[in-house]
Amino acid sequence: MSRIEKGRSYIGESVVRPQTARLLAGRGVFTDDVVLPRMLHVAFVRSPHAHARMLSIDSTEARTLPGVVAVVTGEEMAPVCSGWVGTLAHFQGMKSAMQRPLAVGKASWQGEPVAAVVAESRAIAEDGVSRVRVEWEPLPAVTDPETALDPSTPVIHPELGDNLAFKLELKSGDADAAFKSADAVLTETFTMGRHTGVTLEARAILADFDPSERRLTVYHSFQSPNMMQDILARHLGLPEQDVRVICKDVGGSFGIKVHIYPDEMATCTLSVMLGRPVKFTADRLESFVSDIHAREHRVKAELAVKRDGTILGMRVDDLSGIGPYSVYPRTSAVEGNQTIRLTPGVYRFRDYSARLSVVFQNKTPMCQYRAVGHPIAFAVMEAMVDRAARELNLDPVEVRRKNYVTAEMYPHTSQTGYFFERLSHEEALDKLLEISDYRALCAERDARRAHRVYRGLGLCAFIELTTPGPAFYGVGGARISSQDGCTIKLEPSGKLTCMTGVTEQGQGTDTMIAQVVASAVGVAMEDVRVLTGDTMVSPYGGGTWASRGAGIGGEAALQTGKAIRANILKVAAAILQCEPEDLDIRLGKIVDALTGEVRLDLAELGRVAYFRPDTLPKDFQSELTVTRHYVPRHQGFAFTNGIQLSHVEVDVETGFVRLLKHWCVEDCGRIINPRLVDEQIRGAIVQGIGAALYEHLVYDEQGQLLTGTMMDYLVPMAAEMPEIVVGHVETPTAYAEGGFKGAGEAGTAGAPGAVLNAVNDALAPFGARVTSQPITPEVVLKALGAL
Amino acid sequence: MDLAIQISLTVNGVAVSRRVEPRQSLVDFLRYGLELTGSHVGCEHGVCGACTVRVDGAIARGCLMLAVQCDGCRVETIEGVAGTGEVFDLQQAFAQENALQCGFCTPGMLLTAQDLLARKPAASAQEIREALSGNYCRCTGYHAIVEAVRKTAEARGRA
Repeated sequence: MSRIEKGRSYIGESVVRPQTARLLAGRGVFTDDVVLPRMLHVAFVRSPHAHARMLSIDSTEARTLPGVVAVVTGEEMAPVCSGWVGTLAHFQGMKSAMQRPLAVGKASWQGEPVAAVVAESRAIAEDGVSRVRVEWEPLPAVTDPETALDPSTPVIHPELGDNLAFKLELKSGDADAAFKSADAVLTETFTMGRHTGVTLEARAILADFDPSERRLTVYHSFQSPNMMQDILARHLGLPEQDVRVICKDVGGSFGIKVHIYPDEMATCTLSVMLGRPVKFTADRLESFVSDIHAREHRVKAELAVKRDGTILGMRVDDLSGIGPYSVYPRTSAVEGNQTIRLTPGVYRFRDYSARLSVVFQNKTPMCQYRAVGHPIAFAVMEAMVDRAARELNLDPVEVRRKNYVTAEMYPHTSQTGYFFERLSHEEALDKLLEISDYRALCAERDARRAHRVYRGLGLCAFIELTTPGPAFYGVGGARISSQDGCTIKLEPSGKLTCMTGVTEQGQGTDTMIAQVVASAVGVAMEDVRVLTGDTMVSPYGGGTWASRGAGIGGEAALQTGKAIRANILKVAAAILQCEPEDLDIRLGKIVDALTGEVRLDLAELGRVAYFRPDTLPKDFQSELTVTRHYVPRHQGFAFTNGIQLSHVEVDVETGFVRLLKHWCVEDCGRIINPRLVDEQIRGAIVQGIGAALYEHLVYDEQGQLLTGTMMDYLVPMAAEMPEIVVGHVETPTAYAEGGFKGAGEAGTAGAPGAVLNAVNDALAPFGARVTSQPITPEVVLKALGAL
Repeated sequence: MDLAIQISLTVNGVAVSRRVEPRQSLVDFLRYGLELTGSHVGCEHGVCGACTVRVDGAIARGCLMLAVQCDGCRVETIEGVAGTGEVFDLQQAFAQENALQCGFCTPGMLLTAQDLLARKPAASAQEIREALSGNYCRCTGYHAIVEAVRKTAEARGRA
């Protein structure tokens, strides 16, 4: 990193992403844009019932439709693609049922695919779907998590014995004793609604199996190409090296595109069965019933506090409904697990006990989505802190400050076993108060109340789990790489080509990698070309999830850059007949390390190394393609932290919440590209705001999704969103040379809690408060007693 | 039974004649019939704006128009307005502000913004937000998009 501190570096520069040029010209290549010869299209027959036995499937009429090539059922597909069970070994006692590409025998959620129609066009395939007759015997649907474990509730998968997927109890210290010694005990129940990712580009996959070589090439809108390669190879019985997964442009992912979906597995199986390319692109209606859902929680929280605001202890009980299957291979238990583990982590109190129950239900499967567990954890924790402050008549800022894990306490291990190398809660809070002029906003809020204008300010401190090592999935048996590789090749022209295992979905991975590589080698950034997302050529890696791109991919790129720089200098020394230590690379030229005098152009070095090695000493071999790998070994995760502030105005007549402004100060370690980090934070905040105020997947008692279009399911649009101010504290990790941590999810982690607290601050004069999200006008009016 | 209908139109200044099914949407016709894949399909029910194109000079949702309705029309897509240089400054501003991440909404966003600036060259930030409120972006949170459009409006006002 010494080179980076000499001011000859792109680290810390808001470099413009070169890759945006083609996206701005309409020349992006998303999966649905790829067209192959003899390509077919698939559409799926999906269950109209939440829970129903299939008595028969009659596809006669569909098969005779001109343009329809095949109609395939779950039974016909089962011998070609083996089923899967979404459990992890380190989640003791976890269970789930066998899932297949197409349901066999019965359907367990409304929207589950049960048969596939393959045709010459998507329109004809859909015509075929409407001609497939399924005879259904509806079964009672399990929809309410509260009663999922009652003896009178039907068991969705009888072979599992009950509807419990996973339970966990955590204990730190003695919570009961803490509650006995408390001056006040606060109790609250939070209801957090289901929502989903709504990537603008729906899920899409194009599978191309060549029976002559028995090789499968898959174009996939996905975050983790090597994971998909591994799973396709194992479940389709193909050698891993004969499965190639290519992720071209990905139109948003946010954790939606990192799971195994039955319809996508079915598409690949169909290509194997038919020996032709088969494409599946979800339409928006099927996205709502088939993309993973997220965050349905009921959390009971109790907080024990002293009169001066000191938190003594906390109890949490989290109940989460996950649909009929735990999603493969990451499982649907991680969300709840992280929720109860993260909840107390910002604060120093030790007495904590938590219980988690994860239950099955007949709704769309639920799994990890951006900031897994975090938004629930910090909405709950921070709402409890604000309530304590309000009831004890204390300043919410000072209550936080009093209870923080403070600077002198690091390294620190949380109540639930998370290791924090160094966080910066106090600095982040100070900076937030400064950039938002918090005290002035408070005064203005108070002044306006006299005029019956109800504004509120809500703080939400948070930590974010980034840069996970193998303890996250690998130890549980999931074949998801926590290490990533980077390969750099010096082209004969003296330019660099770089391939990385981390992937790009718009966050700027390729730009960030180019900045690191250019800085480490000593070349101009425009001389570095980065390629991501092709299992045939990229070094093995995990892809992009859990804010791991910079922390893992960035460090691998740094180490590879340093290694190829050393190799380039060896070649230069051989040509110039001097020692490598006497030379340096600056701005793409070999220079004298002391004087800076230019000795050799990289293009000339490339020419000699590749085309005239005969002019070099006979025992000298140049190595101008270098690969290095990186995996975090010294801590389970690189935790980051931050705090957000939301400023809202509540119309107490209509219950409508208007967002006035939002601030976030976060600490993701050394920042590679400030603008990209800021934009990650802003986008993630708006995703959190969507959950807090608008987005809700509403089901009826029969398990029918009532909000299955973008007319019913509201997403944040430009007019309602506030200006967002982002500030930073930089605490680099010392465990990796680059000092990088992750930044992708911090915004989503803290935004819902900040909005919830702001609304409750606005409602405080009425003695009213809300404890559920989304905070719709109806929720506000009910809290006010007006409904 | 062949229900296809013959249509003739200009797309990005080029005369096009095709037989299309009456049920085919304009955006599917552009994407699959003409291989102009810059217009994207996001929701197919007129909410997200990813398929925004220009028909006879006015912006339209490619998923809510049928191809047959465009017989005799002048259709322009992102490939057209990018190719002529009409939105060059907007593209530059979007890149500069990082007003796009995955880029899927971007073609529709650019066409909508260009339409706004043609109608209201001095649009305020709030007017920009209102004008873009039919175009969904999941990545950016809109802040940078509004900045890019506002700065383009300012620069055009000075020019």
